[in-house]
Amino acid sequence: MIGIATGIFSGLFGVGGGIVLVPMLVLWIGFDERQAAATSLLAIVIAASAGAAAQLLYGNVHLVAALTVGIPAVAGVLIGTWLQQRIPVALVQLMFSGLLVVVAVLVVIR
Amino acid sequence: MIALAIIIGVAAGVLSGLFGIGGGILLVPVLALVLGLDQVDAEATSLLAIIPVAAVGAWRQQGYGNLDVRTGLIVGVFAALSAIVGVALVNVLPVEAVRYAFGALMLYVAWRLGRSAISQLRADSAGAADS
Repeated sequence: MIGIATGIFSGLFGVGGGIVLVPMLVLWIGFDERQAAATSLLAIVIAASAGAAAQLLYGNVHLVAALTVGIPAVAGVLIGTWLQQRIPVALVQLMFSGLLVVVAVLVVIR
Repeated sequence: MIALAIIIGVAAGVLSGLFGIGGGILLVPVLALVLGLDQVDAEATSLLAIIPVAAVGAWRQQGYGNLDVRTGLIVGVFAALSAIVGVALVNVLPVEAVRYAFGALMLYVAWRLGRSAISQLRADSAGAADS
């Protein structure tokens, strides 16, 4: 149910799955922000792999550009997950709520 | 330009690790505006870049004991399948109206998450004051 809703929203609006998935895991399943983030990242690996495979077939993927942003982002995710373990879960949740407001505005104004 | 792309790439990764999102929210604009890809190619390329980022993040989270592998796998498979439905729906729905509804729904969810976070933070600080 959560997976289906995530996929439909991300396909519809071009938002990544995580922004939809994390709140559902927190509000419906009762995960805390760390468990929700962890589980969301694994789900994203699968969903992004399927999406990237389809896009590779269409020839839309630029490998060098993907590496240019992807390698620094892998370094970033190590910092981000490390940081997340050291910030109180409630504070992470409050920050996520702020991020949602920003994304809501971006979705509407674009 | 490359340096800017690298810096924003790191920032996208930090967001990804902190919030459990892919980071496409920053990667797509960087690929489009800094590296000059068109919108479709930027979104496609961002999907490829996200895979190792999310994989490393999930692996680290497993080390911290936060990962629910079974839920992650199930949600991921259904999300991948239903994304096809979402893409198909874009072509038949009044997307403009749906977008406002989605924006409003996200604001509502932000309010619920924010409210519960603030009450937890209050309870924590009250507990700390008591002890």
